[in-house]
Amino acid sequence: MRIVAKGLTYTYSAKSPFASRALNGVDLTVEEGEFFGIIGHTGSGKSTFVQHLNALIRLTDGSLKVGEYDLADKKCNFVELRSKVGMVFQYPEYQLFAETVEKDVAFGLKNFRKEMKQEERDAAVKEAIETVGLDYARVKDKSPFELSGGQKRRAAIAGVIVTKPEILILDEPAAGLDPLGKKELMELLHSIHGGWCKTIVIVSHDMDEIAENCTRAAVFSEGKVVMEGPPAQLFRHTEELLSLGLDVPVTAKCALLLKERGIELETDFTCDDFAHKVLALWKAEGGIQNDQ
Amino acid sequence: MINDVTFGQYYPAKSFVHNMDPRAKIVFVIAYIVAVFLAKNFFGLAAVTLFLIFIVFLARVPFGSVLRSVKMILFLIIFSAILNLFFYSSNDELHMLWQWKFIRISWEAIINMIFISLRLFLLVMGTSVLMLTTMPVALTDGIESLLTPLKWIRFPVHELALIMSIALRFIPTLTDETNRIIAAQKARGADFETGGLIKRAKAMIPVLVPLLVSAFRRAQDLGDAMEARCYSGAKGRTKYKKLVFTWRDLLGLLVLGGLITGVVFLNIYFGGKFDIINYFL
Repeated sequence: MRIVAKGLTYTYSAKSPFASRALNGVDLTVEEGEFFGIIGHTGSGKSTFVQHLNALIRLTDGSLKVGEYDLADKKCNFVELRSKVGMVFQYPEYQLFAETVEKDVAFGLKNFRKEMKQEERDAAVKEAIETVGLDYARVKDKSPFELSGGQKRRAAIAGVIVTKPEILILDEPAAGLDPLGKKELMELLHSIHGGWCKTIVIVSHDMDEIAENCTRAAVFSEGKVVMEGPPAQLFRHTEELLSLGLDVPVTAKCALLLKERGIELETDFTCDDFAHKVLALWKAEGGIQNDQ
Repeated sequence: MINDVTFGQYYPAKSFVHNMDPRAKIVFVIAYIVAVFLAKNFFGLAAVTLFLIFIVFLARVPFGSVLRSVKMILFLIIFSAILNLFFYSSNDELHMLWQWKFIRISWEAIINMIFISLRLFLLVMGTSVLMLTTMPVALTDGIESLLTPLKWIRFPVHELALIMSIALRFIPTLTDETNRIIAAQKARGADFETGGLIKRAKAMIPVLVPLLVSAFRRAQDLGDAMEARCYSGAKGRTKYKKLVFTWRDLLGLLVLGGLITGVVFLNIYFGGKFDIINYFL
């Protein structure tokens, strides 16, 4: 499913003294199969944008199409849309509620696929729990509140992916996780991407995360998309991004420092590529001999 | 979903009413409520209404926001209106309009219904003016100051005020949290909009459980933060903003005294609310 937004505009508390414009004409297309990143500082409208994608915020101005669903159409089947566009909110562990992990994960299935048989449902829940890397036999009858922080987040993500959405949206999925947890989470996303989950959209503050994982990214500022492209192109505009109050990947910072010393480096800003390019350059300059 | 929590929402503006001492305003509202209940006929209520309109005008808050506060208890008003209409027993058979088994509708019932609904409207709108023009913190400060005499009987006034200000402080936070959890459960297909009362109540469980858990977590965090900053109760605690009683407050209370006197005079002069029937019948 392809996401096409044109002139998307949204105002919170419209017609009141507290009215605030969150989106101001967003034009953005996300193709099927992308691992898309959305960057922007707090209040830039990125969360408002992603909540439009499964109609949690109803479209008021502009047009938005997600696959064959036209969100401007009042007759659009929003429930069906939500089953195909999964949404993992920031700190999803705060939405856990059921007595057992198994019941919590099954919640979405019970809502979306009422006709499903008990055995099929159990199998789907088992698959989802195992996909996120939890031990099904051990956690299924536990209360979600007994789990550790990282496990809670995995359980909450399992509760979203259990319906196998074609598009998965994650708002700051790695916030508050330790480095290992972050790494594992990203590996999890890559493992489901390309299977039943065709498109992944992540909202993130962590530029390294974007540079390492995304095929393409968009920069939001003041309710608009100000920059868009693959990370390899995007992070070449280091100065511009910094002037928007955003960060850049550590590789881009290093590239900038090298540039200031007169060394131009062509890199796609992943750590791997950066290290290889620097090493190659170093070898070409005869650095290896100096090292002895 | 929950964006209309006007009750307890401060409307920032610069006005005579905003500048009044919260203590004076609380006394003012209590006296206003007394005036509403003192009024025995429609002339009295009209006087109170005019007075309220004057105050709203003086406070420079939009009428819409005052009316919105009524929306929250509209159900209550309609409910009491219906009960009053059907079950008010009139002794005067002459004024009976319609009768079926134990349900009787009389002119008296209709007038009583209108009267009580008006009273409730005025009550809620008056209180909402206080909420709209006074910051929650100032309000609790005012209540604390007014309740100070109760300290003599060992009543924990400071603690009560603290509980109130914390509760008020967390209303917007918990509202945001509720909206977020609702959005998250909606994304998982939860349906809050269809079905009967029981189904809808059940649908709220996935919202209430996480909300409760998070409220406890926040309470724990707040307690830790207060302890870390050596909070130890009311003893020896000073105030950042001291309340000052000014000419404004005196003027306000004098005007209100005038209103109550006026309502009493109107009561004596025009008699009870049912006297109006005699003009028409």
